[in-house]
Amino acid sequence: MKFVCFHLMPYRPLDLEAAKDYRSAWVVLPNSFYDPKKGAAEYDSYLDQLVYAEQLGFDAIGVNEHHQTAYGLMPAPNLIASALIQRTRRVQVAVLGRALPLVGNPVNIAEEFAMLDVLSKGRLIAGFVRGIGAEYHSTGVNPAFSHERFHEAHDLIVKAWTTPGPFEFEGDHFRLRYVNLWPRPYQTPHPPVWIPSMGSRETVVWASAPERKYPFMVTFSPESAVVRYHTMYREAALAHGYTAAGGQLGWAVPIYVAETDERAREEAKAGIESLFNNFLPMPWEMLLPPGYTSNASLKVTMKMRPALGSRPRAVTVDDLIASGTAIIGSPATVKEKIERVRDQTGFEILISLLQFGVMSDELARRNMEMFASEVMPKLR
Amino acid sequence: MTDDGDRLITRGVSVRVQRSGTGAPILFLHGAGGWPAWLPFFDRLSQQHALSVPEHPCFGASDDPPWLRSVADLAMHYLDVLDQAYSSPVHVIGHSLGGWIAAEAATRNTRRFASLTLLAPAGIRIKGIPPGDIFIWSPEEFARNRFHDQKFAAASMVAGSQSEADVDIDLQNRLAAVKFGWEPRLFNPNLEKWLHRITVPTQVVWGREDQILPSAYAQLWDERVSGAQVSIIEGCGHGPHVEQCDLVADKIIAFLDGVRA
Repeated sequence: MKFVCFHLMPYRPLDLEAAKDYRSAWVVLPNSFYDPKKGAAEYDSYLDQLVYAEQLGFDAIGVNEHHQTAYGLMPAPNLIASALIQRTRRVQVAVLGRALPLVGNPVNIAEEFAMLDVLSKGRLIAGFVRGIGAEYHSTGVNPAFSHERFHEAHDLIVKAWTTPGPFEFEGDHFRLRYVNLWPRPYQTPHPPVWIPSMGSRETVVWASAPERKYPFMVTFSPESAVVRYHTMYREAALAHGYTAAGGQLGWAVPIYVAETDERAREEAKAGIESLFNNFLPMPWEMLLPPGYTSNASLKVTMKMRPALGSRPRAVTVDDLIASGTAIIGSPATVKEKIERVRDQTGFEILISLLQFGVMSDELARRNMEMFASEVMPKLR
Repeated sequence: MTDDGDRLITRGVSVRVQRSGTGAPILFLHGAGGWPAWLPFFDRLSQQHALSVPEHPCFGASDDPPWLRSVADLAMHYLDVLDQAYSSPVHVIGHSLGGWIAAEAATRNTRRFASLTLLAPAGIRIKGIPPGDIFIWSPEEFARNRFHDQKFAAASMVAGSQSEADVDIDLQNRLAAVKFGWEPRLFNPNLEKWLHRITVPTQVVWGREDQILPSAYAQLWDERVSGAQVSIIEGCGHGPHVEQCDLVADKIIAFLDGVRA
């Protein structure tokens, strides 16, 4: 199994009570809630944690992109990745990922990823995402064309990485007379591409196609949904005429390890509950604007998760443990829960979120150490 | 009124249509909320006119051709409709998004327009006076902000549980509204400078308390469309023809009679 230490970089000093007066911690929460000096300390703390992950033996460290939110302080994740590359020597650096439909010229993403790949001498993992629904509000990009823009931007970026330039790209959304990357990526044919997703059949079928075979990362989902999406990917691969490898299946999940189940639960509680009750919630209209998912997928989601997006009742650490949305417990418990999914789906990429919500630096580091020393070796 | 299965087919694009009455033709273009159920306002208009209320392509149960992607495309579609479905010029009435479509079409060619009536039209923007953000509002907020008189809002919310078909129609309406109106938000930055091309008799009607498209916009239409008659309706929100049906119907019928004379 491959282990990624992943970070969202939430703004922990947020006044959680006062922020409740707003529709969401996304898009509309005034940035007067943000203090630049405290923000600088957050960056220091989080960068140190990710650098420490290399010492602890993780295979990769990961960051991602979110805009106009206290949920994550990385609107430009490649800047963080660049800093991490300078402070590490061995680990892969995963940007999970850039939101392709949100940019005016995807060649910029191809260029930046190529630069990071060269700077790191081939340690980059390039994630491609569509951004979440709220980001169509914050960027103004029309969600009705989200899928079209994603696919076209993807084709353009991969072609820019692999086809000798200059060439002309003639798309419906992106039209470029000259595409000619300097520098080109370090890895051949290009950096590995991973697809993190909340899960939709369209994305699974596309990612698993034989010409791509992109690893698919299920994020923030109950254990049952993780198994369902991994199974869906395996079935899609079979329909494409091949058997998916375990390295094509990933699970991104908040994890907290302590000596006992009870202690883990106590220590993780504030962090995990703030993540799900304060940093993440947003109404339907922000989470799933029309066009972001197909009407068919939207209907399924509305039926399966009626509470999602409606400022649902507060979830508790116990709810999240019970549904397997978070893995919290003793080393034996955590290992067993990961193995339970691995036994069912054979997934081989674990993206562990080891700091979440308001969790302190001290607890986050202890969690990382416990996971790396007590859980990771037993799963390798 | 015609039956439920009535369709209007123009160059291969099939849409639902409601029709009633005889006389000089009126074409009513609906707003971003979708094809309205038959309104008392339509009864008034169809007493002396042949009224057609088509559903826009991409909305509801009408065709959703992938090549039809913008309000500019809708405007050209309706110029085709005016050419193919009518033998004489037509009184065109557009509400909100429908007003934008009608104005876009009229700036291109007024040959098939007898007159133009715009009810709280989208399509232009005054910097510093933003429209309401209909795409971030919940359904309840949308209902509240749509009307000045909250009894209309309450009535619009008492729809009860929706059938599967209603859910499909609703999702498709929301998708179409986003496709045509998300960015730039409910306007075309190039429309305002060509509004002088509208040379047919034009009237603009706006609810004073419109929370979706501020009535301050009426002034700009007045300045840009030569000879436009502009009316502001007091105590009225974004749907003047719904909230002040008789007053607005009287005004429109008098205007159309004036055009004929």
